[in-house]
Parts: sequence; C-alpha cells; structure tokens
Amino acid sequence: MAEGMDFAGLVDLGAGTVERAAFTDPAIFAAEQERIFARAWLFLGHESQIPEPEDFFTSRMGTESVIVARDRDGQVHALLNSCTHRGMKVCRHDYGKAKVFTCPYHGWSFSNDGRLAGVPGALVGVPHFDKAYRAELRREDWGLSRAPRLALYKGTIWASWDQRAPDFLDYLGDMHRYLDYALDARDGSPGGSRTVAGVQKWRVNCNWKFAPENFIGDMYHDISHRSVDMVGIGPAGGRGRRAAFRPRLAIGFPGRGHGLLGELPTTETEPYNDAWALYPEVNDWHRAAHEARMARLAGQPRVAMSVGTIFPNMSFHGRQPRTIAVAHPVSPTVTEIWRWCLEDAAAPEAVNEAARSYFLRYSGPGGMTESDDMENWSYATTASQGPIARRRPYNYQMGMGHARPAPGLREAVECGELTEENARIFHGRWADFMRGTPWPMQVPHAAE
Amino acid sequence: MPPNNALDRLLLRAEIEDWLLAEADLLDARRFRDWLALLHPDVRVAMPIARNLSPGLLEREERTQAGRDLMWVDEGYATLEQRVRQLETGVHWAEEPASRITRIVAGIRLLEVEGDRVLAGCRFVLHRNRLEDETDVLIGRRRDTLLREGEVWRLLRREVLLDQSVLQAKNLTMFL
Ligand code: FES
Ligand SMILES: [Fe+2]
Repeated sequence: MAEGMDFAGLVDLGAGTVERAAFTDPAIFAAEQERIFARAWLFLGHESQIPEPEDFFTSRMGTESVIVARDRDGQVHALLNSCTHRGMKVCRHDYGKAKVFTCPYHGWSFSNDGRLAGVPGALVGVPHFDKAYRAELRREDWGLSRAPRLALYKGTIWASWDQRAPDFLDYLGDMHRYLDYALDARDGSPGGSRTVAGVQKWRVNCNWKFAPENFIGDMYHDISHRSVDMVGIGPAGGRGRRAAFRPRLAIGFPGRGHGLLGELPTTETEPYNDAWALYPEVNDWHRAAHEARMARLAGQPRVAMSVGTIFPNMSFHGRQPRTIAVAHPVSPTVTEIWRWCLEDAAAPEAVNEAARSYFLRYSGPGGMTESDDMENWSYATTASQGPIARRRPYNYQMGMGHARPAPGLREAVECGELTEENARIFHGRWADFMRGTPWPMQVPHAAE
Repeated sequence: MPPNNALDRLLLRAEIEDWLLAEADLLDARRFRDWLALLHPDVRVAMPIARNLSPGLLEREERTQAGRDLMWVDEGYATLEQRVRQLETGVHWAEEPASRITRIVAGIRLLEVEGDRVLAGCRFVLHRNRLEDETDVLIGRRRDTLLREGEVWRLLRREVLLDQSVLQAKNLTMFL
C-alpha cells in the first residue's frame, strides 16, 4: 500500500469534486481495504439467519470472508474465514450448524466459542499435535482472527476490526432513528423485523462506492428509472415508484458519512397514504399498523425514510420494498452486492407475501428498477478509467453551500430534495478515513 | 389424452420440443408480445437461489423456495407483462441498446404426462452479448409445465435452476 499518499486530497469539498482515481485505481482500492474496511463498522447480516445456538453463516468484511457464528451460550462472534496454518477457507458453506470448524486442508479445527480454550475461534484441534509438533505448537496463539468489536442492533449484526472504533450507536449518531424506522415493526414497536430467508448475491462491474453514494440520497437520477416509472410497478397502483409518498428531504450526517432521503422528525399526525391500494387486505393491515404507530408515538418526534446509507457500504430502504443492500468491494471495478428483504415477524402471510413480491420485481438483479442503476454504475466505472477521462474529476456541485442544520436532529443537515449534499458528506467521510488517522477520528464538519 | 404407445409418446415429445424451441426463437428475436401469448394467465415463473451447504442441509435446502423465500425471480403474468412493457419503452437502459441473446435449449424430456398437462425437463445455455464486450453465459436446467388448450399449448409453470450461486451477471433483464 502506498503509505502516506494523500488520498484525502482526491476529495475537494470546497470545489465539489472527487477525482475519478478514487473509483478506479488499484492502489487506492488497496488503501480503502486497510483504512476503511479494517476500521469502520460493517454490516454482516441478521440474527434471524442464526436463530439457534451453534448456527452460523458466512459473510464478508471488505474483500474478506468471515464466519458469523452463534455459540452455545447464544453469543455472536465474527471470525475471519482463513485458517491460521496455510490460509485455507475453514468454512465454505453459506450457512449451517457447527461448534467446531475443521479446516479441510490439514485438519486444524477451531471452536465457535470460548468454552474449550478461552476465546472464540481458538485452535482446539491439531492433527498429530504430539507426534509431529511434539506438543510444542503454542495453540493459544493460532486461533482464527476475531473481530474485536461486534454489535447486535434490533436483529442486525455489525462488526469492526478496529478495537478503538467508537460504540456502534455513537458511530450511527442520530442516523439510528432512520435505521429504527426500517427495523422497527410497522406499528412502531421496537424491533420486530426479520429477514426473508435467502440472500441475493451478485457481481456488478462497478466500483463499490456507486451503490452507497446512490442510496444515500440521489433524487437526481430519476431518468435512470424512466422506463419503470412509465410502466408503474408500485403496490399503490398508478405510475411511478413513489406516487403515495410525501416529498422527501436529503438529510445527512457530515461527521459520520451517513445520509438518507426522508422526513425530519415531526409530531404531526399523518394520514395513511394507501401505499398498498392494489391489495385491499394488505392495505387494511398497513392502515391499522400506521394508526397504531401514530397512537404509540403520539407526541414524540417520529421520522420516516425511504432510502439511506450507513457509511461505508450498508444501504437500506425503510418503506417498501424494505431491504438491506451491502456493496462488498471485490476489486476497483468489481462489486458483489448482497441483498436482504425485511418483513415484520408478526405480519400476516398476505402482507409479507405482497412485500416479498414487490421486492422481487423492484430490487436486485431481477428488479425492474435496479437493473437500470447497475447499467449506469458499471458503464460509469468503465468510462472513467482512461487517462484522458481521469483528467476530469466527477462533479458533485449541486446545492453546494445550501445545507442547513436539520431541526430536531443532532449533527445533521438537510439540503432540500434535489441535492448532492449527501454524496459530498459520504465522500468527505471517505477522505477522513483515507487520511489513516486512528480512531477517534474526530474530524468535525461544521453543519454549515 | 395420455399417450398409450411409443409412437404417441414420441410424437408428443416432438410437439413439446417444437414448442420449446419456437419459444426460444421468439425470445431471442425479441418478439415479446408474441411470447406473452404463449403464457397461461395463471403462469408462474420461479428461479430459486442456489446455496453452498453441507451434505445434510443440501438435500433439503439447496435452493430457496418459491412463494416464501428470496428468489431471483418468482412471478406471474402481471409482472411478466410489465417487464415486456418496460422493454418496449425504449428507455430501459439495461436493455437499450438491445442485448443480443441466443439460447440453446436441449435435452428435452417428458417427465410427466397427465391428460392435457405435460411436465418437460430441459437444459439451457443462454449467451448474452451486450454493447462491445459485455458477455454473460447462464447455464442451468428448467422444468416447464405446459397445458393444452384446444390446439395450443400454454406455459403454466416454469422452474429455472441456475448453476450459479453468486450470480455473475449484473442483472436478469432477460427471460429465462
Ligand atoms: S491450511 Fe488449514 S490446516 Fe493447513
Ligand atoms: Fe436507482
């Protein structure tokens, strides 16, 4: 890695530009792995994927595979999926049940918990330990690397490789209120959501940052979706994808790199908007849930949102289709996107089925909306690689200098609906991380 | 009428094979409206997600389940027709300019014959080339249920089993 290279200088917030190299250059990509993905809080998956003790699933942190395992005591751990002997992937299953992971190369085995040898991931079995190693191998030094920080939040599982990372809730700041909106039950009771079984995983030839930068609040890319808007696939009926929604604002968290499209906290009661009008039974359930939410939270500031990003690569949709999308970096020009669908555990089958089928026609590679995003992200990446193309930075100047403190939120700004403020916030935070200064990375961005 | 002798069986298979190959021709020629006419109004197309699992689990859970889990595709006529309309807008960027697709449908066998209903199995190779150098190859197996209505057969069920677990194509804007 090019130590000391001024990667932060690729982002010029004063000019509203980001150099294209940030999206294409292998040295910068390598630096991102060390400086961002080895330090930030990353989304790993959902507890509903590992409901029982000894359940596990494999996930990714940056370019690397990790095992997310629930031990016998119910604790969740994130272990690097690379054998400490010769690097073999100790687990090649997407999910399953195991208390011990045995490496298929030479047979070292690692525990999923700390009972046998003190720490989760400990090396607990070495073939020919006595005969070949003469009992001299210090097994306690050769456990799987374990993410030192792990947080469970309303069913979601997050981890960081950096012991010094702030607490997860500090990392989120008031962004947590918008994440709550996605994770809480539709009637406003805390938590209560789960993932539909199965994860969509697919490769796109684009830089990973295109996905979070888009989901953080790019209302400007409507032309991308003109075809699906002409057809009209929303559950409210009619044209467009969001006919039933009130106007939204771009709300961002400058010192944190998170942002969303949604509403400011409000105590005003909102009427139900018939968002599921095509399915009367489902619509009735949502109306009742909406009214229950209004009653439960009466007098307290409530928020609502449609789409947002938690820095660096976790994005989510809070309304419908309610989803989580993570853009895993593979190379400067290849990204593996993972997609989950969220539903209320307590909702009737018809409600969840309507949500699932809307997800499938909207999101992911088979989604009529997102297929057009991916065409744009991949050819933007391709066409940005040449030496002449790289002479010009990307332009992020929309709405510069017009952000205002967001009323009712801490350390947040809003900048109207059509703005690139949130993308600037994302890249500003990217630059903070890319300076490589250790946590606490307090780089205050004044809320202009 | 179930075929009761070898010759009838052979003729029926030839008929179904013709149908599947003609369908492939329509899709590759982008005659999507004509293709829609081949579908039963109650058609369901399901493409589950394949997973990497240990032997015990693999038997039960190798692929996600239609009607319940996340899938690549799990839809009926209304959505299929919306996809055709989207392709017709001319501004569906993922397919404008249009991709060139050729699919090879082979190994067609009749797995079940029951009255006017036939379950046919086949294998497919779908090659998509797009713009200059974007190429996807999707390989898998299909199980198609066809229903005879008078003189014509209509597609009632399609199950698409793709080999890939992590999809190596950026989208699924083609009909499989
Ligand atoms: S690589 Fe795992 S035991 Fe040798
Ligand atoms: Fe989009």
